[in-house]
Amino acid sequence: MNTTRTSNTGPASSPTSDVAQRAPKTLRPGKQGLYDPWFEHDACGVGFVVDMKGRKSHRILEQGLQVLKNLDHRGASGAEVNTGDGAGILLQMPHKFFAEVAKKARISLPEAGQYGVGLVFLPRNATARRKLEEVFAGIIQGEGQTLLGWRTVPTDNSMLGDTAKSAEPFMRQVFIGRSPELDDAAFERKLYVIRKRAYAEIRTSTYSGAEMWYMPSLSQKTIVYKGMLTTEQLEQYFSDLKNPAMETALALVHSRFSTNTFPSWDRAHPYRYIAHNGEINTLRGNINWMHARQALFASELFGEDIKKILPIINPNGSDSSMFDNTLELLVLAGRPLTHAMMMMIPEPWSNHETMDPDRRAFYQYHSCLMEPWDGPAAICFTDGKQMGACLDRNGLRPCRYYVTHDGLVVMASEAGVLGDIPADQIAQKGRLQPGHMFLVDTEQGRIIEDEEIKKQLATEHPYRQWLSEHLVKLESLPAAPSVPPPDHDTLLHRQIAFGYTFEDQRIVLTPMARDGVEAIGSMGNDTPLAVLSNKPRLLYDYFKQLFAQVTNPPIDCIREELITSSETRLGSEGNLLNPDPLACRRVELKWPVLTNEEFAKLRRLDQPGFKVGVLPILFRATRGEKGLAKAMEEICLIARRMIEDEEVTILILSDRGVTKDFAPIPALLAVAGLHHFLIREGLRTRISMVLETGEAREVHHFSLLIGYGCSAINPYVAFETIDGMIQDGLLVNVDHKTACKNFVKAASKGVVKVMSKMGISAIQSYRGAQVFEAVGLRQDVVDHYFTWTPSRVGGIGLDVIAQEVLARHRAAFPDRPVNGHVLPVGGQFQWRNDGEYHLFNPESIHRLQKAVRTGSYAVFKEYSKIINENSKNVATLRGLLDFKLNDPIPLEEVEPVESIMKRFKTGAMSYGSISKEAHETLAIAMNRIGGRSNTGEGGEDPERFIPLPNGDSKNSAIKQVASGRFGVTSHYLVNAREIQIKMAQGAKPGEGGQLPGTKVYPWVAKTRGTTAGVGLISPPPHHDIYSIEDLAELIHDLKNSNRHARISVKLVAEVGVGTIAAGVAKAHADVVLISGYDGGTGASPQTSIYHAGLPWELGLAETHQTLVLNNLRSRIAVETDGQLKTGRDVVIAALLGAEEFGFATAPLVATGCIMMRVCHLNTCPTGIATQDPRLREKYTGKPEHVVNFMTFIAHEVRELMAQLGFRTIAEMIGHTERLEPKKAVEHWKARGLDFSNILYQPEVADSVGRFCTQSQDHGLDKSLDLTQLLEICQPAIERGEKVIAELPIRNVNRVVGTITGSEVTKKYGAEGLPEDTIRIHFKGSAGQSFGAFMPKGMTFSIEGDANDYVGKGLSGGKIVIYPPANASFDPSENIIVGNVALYGATAGELYLNGRAGERFAVRNSGVNAVVEGVGDHGCEYMTGGRVVVLGSTGRNFAAGMSGGVAYVLDETGQFKQDVNPAMVGIESLESPTEIAELRTLIENHLTYTKSPRAKQVLDQWTAMVPKFVKILPKDYKRMLACIERAQAQGLTGDEAIMAAFEENARDTSRVGGN
Amino acid sequence: MGKPTGFIEYLRELPVDRPPLERVKDWKEFHHHMEEKKLRTQGARCMDCGVPFCHTGKLISGMASGCPINNLIPEWNDLVYRGLWKEALDRLHKTNNFPEFTGRVCPAPCEGSCVLGINNPPVTIKNIEAAITDRGWAEGWVNPEPPKVRTGKKVAVIGSGPAGLAAAEQLNKAGHTVTVFERADRPGGLLMYGIPNMKLDKKEVVLRRIKLMEGAGIKFICNANVGENVEPQIFLKEYDATVICTGATQPRDLPIEGRNLKGVHFAMELLTENTRALLNGGAEHCPIHAKGKDVIVIGGGDTGTDCVGTSMRHGAKSITQIEILPKPPMERAADNPWPEWPKIYRMDYGQEEAAAKFGADPRAYVTTVKKFVGDENGAVKELVTVEIKWEKNEKGQFVPKEVPGTEKTRPAQLVLLAMGFLGPEQALLKELNLETDPRSNIKAEHEKYTTNIKGVFAAGDCRRGQSLVVWAINEGRGVARECDRYLMGTTDLP
Repeated sequence: MNTTRTSNTGPASSPTSDVAQRAPKTLRPGKQGLYDPWFEHDACGVGFVVDMKGRKSHRILEQGLQVLKNLDHRGASGAEVNTGDGAGILLQMPHKFFAEVAKKARISLPEAGQYGVGLVFLPRNATARRKLEEVFAGIIQGEGQTLLGWRTVPTDNSMLGDTAKSAEPFMRQVFIGRSPELDDAAFERKLYVIRKRAYAEIRTSTYSGAEMWYMPSLSQKTIVYKGMLTTEQLEQYFSDLKNPAMETALALVHSRFSTNTFPSWDRAHPYRYIAHNGEINTLRGNINWMHARQALFASELFGEDIKKILPIINPNGSDSSMFDNTLELLVLAGRPLTHAMMMMIPEPWSNHETMDPDRRAFYQYHSCLMEPWDGPAAICFTDGKQMGACLDRNGLRPCRYYVTHDGLVVMASEAGVLGDIPADQIAQKGRLQPGHMFLVDTEQGRIIEDEEIKKQLATEHPYRQWLSEHLVKLESLPAAPSVPPPDHDTLLHRQIAFGYTFEDQRIVLTPMARDGVEAIGSMGNDTPLAVLSNKPRLLYDYFKQLFAQVTNPPIDCIREELITSSETRLGSEGNLLNPDPLACRRVELKWPVLTNEEFAKLRRLDQPGFKVGVLPILFRATRGEKGLAKAMEEICLIARRMIEDEEVTILILSDRGVTKDFAPIPALLAVAGLHHFLIREGLRTRISMVLETGEAREVHHFSLLIGYGCSAINPYVAFETIDGMIQDGLLVNVDHKTACKNFVKAASKGVVKVMSKMGISAIQSYRGAQVFEAVGLRQDVVDHYFTWTPSRVGGIGLDVIAQEVLARHRAAFPDRPVNGHVLPVGGQFQWRNDGEYHLFNPESIHRLQKAVRTGSYAVFKEYSKIINENSKNVATLRGLLDFKLNDPIPLEEVEPVESIMKRFKTGAMSYGSISKEAHETLAIAMNRIGGRSNTGEGGEDPERFIPLPNGDSKNSAIKQVASGRFGVTSHYLVNAREIQIKMAQGAKPGEGGQLPGTKVYPWVAKTRGTTAGVGLISPPPHHDIYSIEDLAELIHDLKNSNRHARISVKLVAEVGVGTIAAGVAKAHADVVLISGYDGGTGASPQTSIYHAGLPWELGLAETHQTLVLNNLRSRIAVETDGQLKTGRDVVIAALLGAEEFGFATAPLVATGCIMMRVCHLNTCPTGIATQDPRLREKYTGKPEHVVNFMTFIAHEVRELMAQLGFRTIAEMIGHTERLEPKKAVEHWKARGLDFSNILYQPEVADSVGRFCTQSQDHGLDKSLDLTQLLEICQPAIERGEKVIAELPIRNVNRVVGTITGSEVTKKYGAEGLPEDTIRIHFKGSAGQSFGAFMPKGMTFSIEGDANDYVGKGLSGGKIVIYPPANASFDPSENIIVGNVALYGATAGELYLNGRAGERFAVRNSGVNAVVEGVGDHGCEYMTGGRVVVLGSTGRNFAAGMSGGVAYVLDETGQFKQDVNPAMVGIESLESPTEIAELRTLIENHLTYTKSPRAKQVLDQWTAMVPKFVKILPKDYKRMLACIERAQAQGLTGDEAIMAAFEENARDTSRVGGN
Repeated sequence: MGKPTGFIEYLRELPVDRPPLERVKDWKEFHHHMEEKKLRTQGARCMDCGVPFCHTGKLISGMASGCPINNLIPEWNDLVYRGLWKEALDRLHKTNNFPEFTGRVCPAPCEGSCVLGINNPPVTIKNIEAAITDRGWAEGWVNPEPPKVRTGKKVAVIGSGPAGLAAAEQLNKAGHTVTVFERADRPGGLLMYGIPNMKLDKKEVVLRRIKLMEGAGIKFICNANVGENVEPQIFLKEYDATVICTGATQPRDLPIEGRNLKGVHFAMELLTENTRALLNGGAEHCPIHAKGKDVIVIGGGDTGTDCVGTSMRHGAKSITQIEILPKPPMERAADNPWPEWPKIYRMDYGQEEAAAKFGADPRAYVTTVKKFVGDENGAVKELVTVEIKWEKNEKGQFVPKEVPGTEKTRPAQLVLLAMGFLGPEQALLKELNLETDPRSNIKAEHEKYTTNIKGVFAAGDCRRGQSLVVWAINEGRGVARECDRYLMGTTDLP
């Protein structure tokens, strides 16, 4: 479901024809402008129905189709409602049916099992079709099988939309008879060979209509029906599915949500073995490694046929199809399906101390064969006999199942998809758990438990013994006799040659070496891109990190460390298909960064099975620019010789030995270039690459080196520098050894963080995954050395890369040393006169402040001239664009400043990161001009919702909803004009945030609904958005919470953001914001500020182009921000496709910010980014300053519009033809840039809108609230009368109660209604987000169960869920609600008579809840409220929990293993008051739910109390104690809290949030 | 960096000056040194700004804002805070050849644009600079560094003021063989004879540096007056390049009645003669002497102040300093915001001394001189002043207008004209056939420094007009870079 890799060319066409096969033509738009189909994503609903006993029936098929229809809301449709993104079903071979229809088609079928059937997509043109069928017949014959005949599949396309119809294939089924010598498995393999050959010989051929050729399946066991259909349309389209003779014991269904709207019949699921919901993040690496491995494939089963099936992975498929390709191979080569699944998606074993040792050994051994396919995934798989499902290691997709007494198993993304199963029929209700496998075996007629499957597979071979014999641990190797010592006399030469600056020492290395952490910075990046810089820059700077947003979640590698893994194994890989014990002959490293001592050990490794070779990566400086290319050729040849002749298995690349004569090859170039050379040569898996380099020092460097295939790195100059810094006294209180260790830790953790931003959790699968985009490298460089890395604006060639190296080299070894005492200044992080250019420099800051304070437009023009002027320094891509000024009009004809300013916004800066004064200044100013300010993620003081007497308002028009959900209540939401979902932020896309306890001042805590002095964590992902259909759900939820607010989704520019934006448009967002990577005012790791994401020019242009191409542009407003500073910037943004514009840094500068870049230290001397009252007093900003700034910008916009001849902004949007690249760019690097992709305009019909003209249909009128509930509740809302009602509910009823709740809040404010004023009782299975944001006074109960996100953002309401009285299962052992219940809830109560899924009460800040068991990551990031768990918890309970209390009834003593103790203490219950309170909660639970478990606990209360474990966050506890002490001293209220806060801030033992 | 909260915790503190009435008894420098602990505390006040305006060196509203030679102030403040004096000195020398000069005589535009100065007293940058360099000399860290490689190129530098010295040192570093021509009897130009000893000690500071430069291989030829005893042609014939740094030594005159009376001198006459006398035996031998006289200094700038300080040490009977501009405000005016150079009232050392002795600041503001009145011997005995008012003329320019009835006769036996300088003396320029710009300065583009004659460069006040020592160093470094580029094709000089 995911990323569809269909590109004609891949993101970059590869020169290596054997990897990038000649791509077939398709009907979908190919790569054009910035749009690239490679980045299409999809997600979906998936489900299956199985008769456990294997009894075939038509009913199973019908039930499958019903499940599909009930998953409809997880799919999507495009611009046309009747064109679906795809739906399909996989069945067992319905022999009875085929026997019947074959007869009619005059085909004589042999017995079941003696023939295979495949559905074939063919061209509609009969002649073309016949030709293809003829070729196919030849292939069948060539493989020694018999073509029995073709059957035309009856279809009805009358209900299809035009888009679907335009690409509709002709549907035929082919019947192939089995040759007698083949057994079952061999025949299935043969069919596979036929299908693979057909793809190679037909789809990629030049035959007319070849682009239609596709076979959903070809098997003797299963058959797939699928197409570009909606869930409803599937059975209407394929009438076969209604035929009662079509019988099966299992049905696998899938409903697709694609980010694009383009015709794609073959991208529907299921594939041959799987249907998938999720996304494979490591795909690029997986493909490359699989390709590299192919050379070593050998299989007795396949014999010579093995060559016919290469490449294994069809490079034009989606990630799901690639996963399917690989799984199919592993299975057909002889592994059980379950075994293959365990190899591809291993559970997180390396940090799992309590895992069965045999199982660990199984995983560890297999990790030597293959890297995990990593990413959020719920994969349902089947071979026609077994039907199973498994989840990714982090459990990021939902999967629920019911088992009935008579053997029916229903599993799906949601519960309740087969609505008619009576409760007394249900034996079990469960959910799939992270890393677990669920398996139904129809031959054995039973469910095989995860434990049993894995036990059996793990003991099949003596894996533990194999490992102990062959696997070598680095730490167990003997120490090397000598380690090269630092050489201080010559260090400076090396430092300068490798581009070190004084800043690198002070800002980058110091925190790494001293504290083991990466440096933090703030206020974004206003320096030029590497390709625009006047300075020589390291090659690393030309790459930008990709990150997960919307279609997959980033990972929290700190709080969820248990699922990450940083081990690396070095050595040669064997044959994947037929591995032997020696396959694990590897050296195991704990971290990919090696100290000098470790590296010396490795270098001297001398043991059987390993051979270490060292390859210098230097080139003769006198050979000049051409020397580099030559040297690269040479190292490839030498590497080949070392592998083939010397049988080296560990290849060390080393740039030691830099002298006046020898310059270093950029290490990244050497690593990536050699990696791709060896992949192309089929040699890659025979070695591991280790790098000894003086260059690497920043996290970004290590991330790139590993991302392009390097296994381990020894950064020797970094270590020498650390040594030098200690000698010089620059680094104190740490010895050399500890400092190096700290550095290794910081670098390695940094890499883990970078990969976790992309949602990758194991370094092994991150290696070679290439999750980067190149900005400023010429295509030939990318193709040759960084194959398949996206690169869209061209740039410098190898000659300029060499020039940059040589410039540094000359400085390091000058002919005449003139200033050789010290390192250069740097100036990247802080402005320096000789350093890198900054847009905000002393002159521009001064001019801007003077302009807004004196109200002088003339001075503003001086400011904007400094910013826009680029004769000496170009800082941005837009700086290289010029306007085509023709047809000017008089200024008076242009729309007025006032209307232009309505399109202006200020950036999301939370109250907490900036002071109250600064925050309110922005809000007042923006309200004055009719623009919009943004709350940021910290909530907003309700006082501000009330207008001021003078007519001003401090109410921020945009209310942000970020992953922390701080202060997101019903009251907050109803006071918004726009609600913004922050998926990512420019300064640190893919990351969460942390507000340390010392900054959580009492007033901040109050607004955020948390406790003063206690640190707060915003998780990297929204825990209710792991994929595009989840985002659609949140948009829907928020729209329900405030029907009058626009819903906006904030994304950060990266390659593929356009396609994500298309998905966002299809998910019914009203606005999409494309943020540039360089914006951002908050504190972030330096790596993220400078190296993650792209300039908005690229992201915006791609978004606009993709939306136009999809005909979605008119449905959504596009906004951009990121270092917008002048009217020129705004006009360029409009011409590239934006209609709204955000500013953050510039308005802050207008109010007095002087770019200290210390926002993270709370020491802002101008009182802006600080809460310190002493500094806040210094704040001098006024709303007038911001109003002046915005007015000036609008003035400048108008002037430019007049020159361009545009009367309105709307007219201007997307008119890139009025832009042109600057002519005669002389810049030595920038002259290679190519703007044609940015300025591209897709060719579409005139009817396709180019700016937002229509509003989205949010479908609220179909909601239960608007159809029934709101009316029922009117008496309560209008008159406060009590309302009681009972209603049925189904899984398609989503967000029930939220609209009604919003009406209550609008009328009664944050207070809500008196408790239980509204009481609604439901029966059935509730859809997602039941009771979201429900305010006080509303009580909802369900007799049945509910799906994900129950009580999301609960704002005072009460929710009660229990099974029907006649249920035959034990509620406490069964699942009653899905994942992520109570996410961001702030107040209220929840009682669940049953177990909840993963991430129960994430970020709960005030709800009291009772539940009978929870899944993994319970109470994560919780900051308040109480949670009582009357049963077991999953792993990682209370991770990142900084407030509130949990009570877990731990009868087995297991709990201690499951809790994450980093931030919490485990206590027993002592205080009688507390015990009484707990008892009350459980009594409530009994009262509301009649829970037998509650009764049992209460009945034995005295015996039970000691079994309760109390989980209390350490900082929270300390703070509570401080408050108590303050109160004891007679202080009350806010005074007491402030006193406690101050006391706590001085306490050095704080743990949480630092 | 240092201490993020240093600026909140510590107050600005400068070293104590020697008591005015004590220091006027000698010619020694008037500052005390500050103890190391306090210096480090002051270093901790530096906020390590993302945009350190102190380091900027740009002209904002016509005045230097931040350090014209872009001293790496945040870096060395931090190093001082950590007690890493040697490293601080290395960073300081990276941009500044002569911190011991600027640390004493610079008016410190850096402090005027210190970001902390927006709402707090700025960091004591100048004092920290002086402390770093003094420490360096005291510890023996400052040593001659002759270049490892000589290029074989010969460069002549004419003038040994701060620009000439900076150019000479940089060119020597680059391996060229440098000869400095100085017309006075001692090298140093304005540093030697323009600034009095109590501000900048000649033997202990200026000559120490000259000696060091000689140690590095630079040759100084004194008493070498081009056109008088040096043939102008030798520069083109014998040197591969010539750098002119002769300064802006043409003083502004006051051509009013009585200007030719005895006892009316240009300030520089007094200052030069006084230093020469001091170095040659004692200030009491200075041919122009203020002892027992009523001294009137015309001009409120630094030179005027130096005349006040010198006269104080001579034992003047009274001292008055006439300033045509109004008394500046105590705090920044609205039209003079940070980071502009703050035009505020300051009491410099000379005024402080006069006030200590005579009871009041010696400056008379918005006052101008109408005429000098002589005695029977043709010596000045008094002068007549009048108060003025600044009014806008029809072009919108402010012009002074006399206030009727404010004439005042003041006794004066010694009058010193300290009204600034007009540009370079033209004789040399003519000798060398150099083109000038409309302001009579040598015509040479900023950052290129090339004159109309190939191989001849000009820098410092003779190119840009009267300015600060620190601008002279900036230009000297710049001209060396361009000269090196001219000689070698490429340059690694900053």
